[in-house]
Amino acid sequence: MRHMGAKTLLSHSFRIAWKDLTELFRNRLGLVLLIVMPLFMMVMVGFIYPSNGTVNNLQVGLVNDDSGFNNLNASQSFIMGLQAINNQTHMLILSNVSSVADIRDMVQRGDLEGGIVIPSNFSASMMAGQQGTLIIVSDESNPQISATIQGVLKTVFDGMGTAIAQQKVAPLNATNTLAVVKPFNVQTQGIVSGTPSYFDFIAPGIMAMTVMMSVMTGLPVAISQEKEVGTMDGMMVAPINRLSIILGKTLGQTARGLIQGIIILILAVGLFGVAIQGSILLVFALLLLGVFSFVGLGIVITSFTKDQETAQMLMMTLMFPMMFLSGVFFPIQQMPWYMQDISKILPLTYASDALRKVMVLGAGIPQISTDLIVLVVFGVVMIAIAVPVFRRMMTR
Amino acid sequence: MANASIIEVKNLTKTFNKFTAVDDISFDVKKGEIFGLLGPNGAGKSTILRMLSTLARPTKGTATIGGYDIVKADTEVRTLIGIVSEKMIMYNRLTAKENLWFFGSLFNIPKDVLTKRVDELLELVQLTQWKNAQVGTFSTGMRQRMNVVRALLNMPQVLFLDEPTLGLDPQSSVEIREFIRKLNRENGATVVITTHMMVDADLLCDRIAIIDHGKIVALDTSANLKKMISGADTTIIKLDIPNLSSVLVEKLRALKCADAVTQENSTSLKILVHGDEAFDSVIDAIRVNGGKISSMENLQPSLEDVFLHITGHQVRDSADQKIPMAHRHFGEAPRRVR
Repeated sequence: MRHMGAKTLLSHSFRIAWKDLTELFRNRLGLVLLIVMPLFMMVMVGFIYPSNGTVNNLQVGLVNDDSGFNNLNASQSFIMGLQAINNQTHMLILSNVSSVADIRDMVQRGDLEGGIVIPSNFSASMMAGQQGTLIIVSDESNPQISATIQGVLKTVFDGMGTAIAQQKVAPLNATNTLAVVKPFNVQTQGIVSGTPSYFDFIAPGIMAMTVMMSVMTGLPVAISQEKEVGTMDGMMVAPINRLSIILGKTLGQTARGLIQGIIILILAVGLFGVAIQGSILLVFALLLLGVFSFVGLGIVITSFTKDQETAQMLMMTLMFPMMFLSGVFFPIQQMPWYMQDISKILPLTYASDALRKVMVLGAGIPQISTDLIVLVVFGVVMIAIAVPVFRRMMTR
Repeated sequence: MANASIIEVKNLTKTFNKFTAVDDISFDVKKGEIFGLLGPNGAGKSTILRMLSTLARPTKGTATIGGYDIVKADTEVRTLIGIVSEKMIMYNRLTAKENLWFFGSLFNIPKDVLTKRVDELLELVQLTQWKNAQVGTFSTGMRQRMNVVRALLNMPQVLFLDEPTLGLDPQSSVEIREFIRKLNRENGATVVITTHMMVDADLLCDRIAIIDHGKIVALDTSANLKKMISGADTTIIKLDIPNLSSVLVEKLRALKCADAVTQENSTSLKILVHGDEAFDSVIDAIRVNGGKISSMENLQPSLEDVFLHITGHQVRDSADQKIPMAHRHFGEAPRRVR
């Protein structure tokens, strides 16, 4: 062990990696799953996650309690306006409901997703020169949808209010009534062209996660499996450096993870129209750096897991918090501060952030230097911890 | 060189937490001999083997193989040894040839030498025609043969075999025993074998160490071990008693001259006795308690009797609890041998 060079160590590592990959490629079901798993993840997360742009046909109940004012009925014109807008956008399916209690009942039964109530003094208030109040009834059991409905309705009401205001200020002979009513024209512009979809957001995260998980969880599973079956003894009685076992296994798992990462990339670009703005080489370099930052952690976990079952369980335990806390699926900024603090110690956060910046925003190395430094430091520290731990484990 | 020791074990001890699996044992194995470690499962045989083959580290004590310390010079030791584990060391998705190639390549054997050796070894165990088939499709016997030749890739001077016939049918067991003997004779390899099968130990081993509770309780040739109980004073009687009852068995156990009583089935007994009056005492005890003797035999002692005599319990007591792990995955599945 002591007098064996780096060349022998590497050559043994390559033999072990080759062996692992041969086994992988002969396992047909495993190969299919290798492709299907990331596909499922993309499709599921990409299509399920709601966003304002994709919401339509929400079932909304309309209660008109307006009692009118001197035969004038402001609510009628309001409803006509609402329907006119909705006929263009199809965001809502409006149905007439007799009372707020009925809305509650229908929401509870799941027939409605929200409601609009026009109070009895609606016309009266407006005629008296006051604000007309509109009430949005939301379904608290589904915060995501209720927030969406609120957003949609507020936009609609705001637009209608602006139109009414424009009519009112028309007598002032202004050249641009809109400028009078709404002095600010707010426009949103991204820093790269095109309109990014949710896939653009999740594809880099899923790639980073898959590749890193392959070493962090694939390594303990692969090694504990060999220990359990007994084949590990076959390698251990050979006069090889113990490090070549872990290095070979890491190479094998990294190759597997990269294959999956590339599959995700191809799917994202081919099926989901994700555009890569930055350098593709930088994307791969980042994936490899992600692997490097996780190798040490993977080896530490390996050293403490005795059998495959424990390794699998540990994998699930670690994977879920990582998935949800590292900003892979949901933006970190959405989380409460203590959760954000946790996410800041997970290397996956930095890897997916860097990858996203490169892929979506076209960033180069200078822009992601903080992420790079964190990943390198994390990797070096973990490997420094892992190697002695692993050596001790191997010579029990 | 015939009497030179190739393995020297001194005060070897292994504890797991508070449990002492191997308790301060010392023995030598001579170059070229077949040395058996006999004992029930859990006696510590496999732990001894794992320590000698550098797979486990001794808690205390040392051992050398070919002069190399198993801890300080583990790499040198590894080049000298081969191990056939109770678990099959092979990858089911690799072919026979690929498996041997993989393990051989970890031994720094020059490529041309290894290529030749792999072919020779496959020929040796008659697997040449299946060399390109994945070992997952092999029968248990074929797999066990693969498992043995894998350990021979580095031409080991010392071959360790851990329960090599466990879970094999009688014919495969015979084949494996023949093969081990051939290796020993033709290659001059020293063989250390653990087993709880008396037959293996009796038929194969030049010397046998009987292990119980982590200690060597006896170490000698099979013939000498048997002499321990077939001496002037000790005898084994086999009795058939048609109306045998548990009360009667207890009465016989209580006899002063009876060292051990084992019930073979509902009507037959084996009693290990000592002393001049032994026969009379046994017969008297049976008749007084209403037993009828239909036959009585004076038996040649087997290793099993030796074990019983020394330890006071049977090897089988604990041995039967072991499940043969090695055949769990592909063991009895239908074969698709190409």
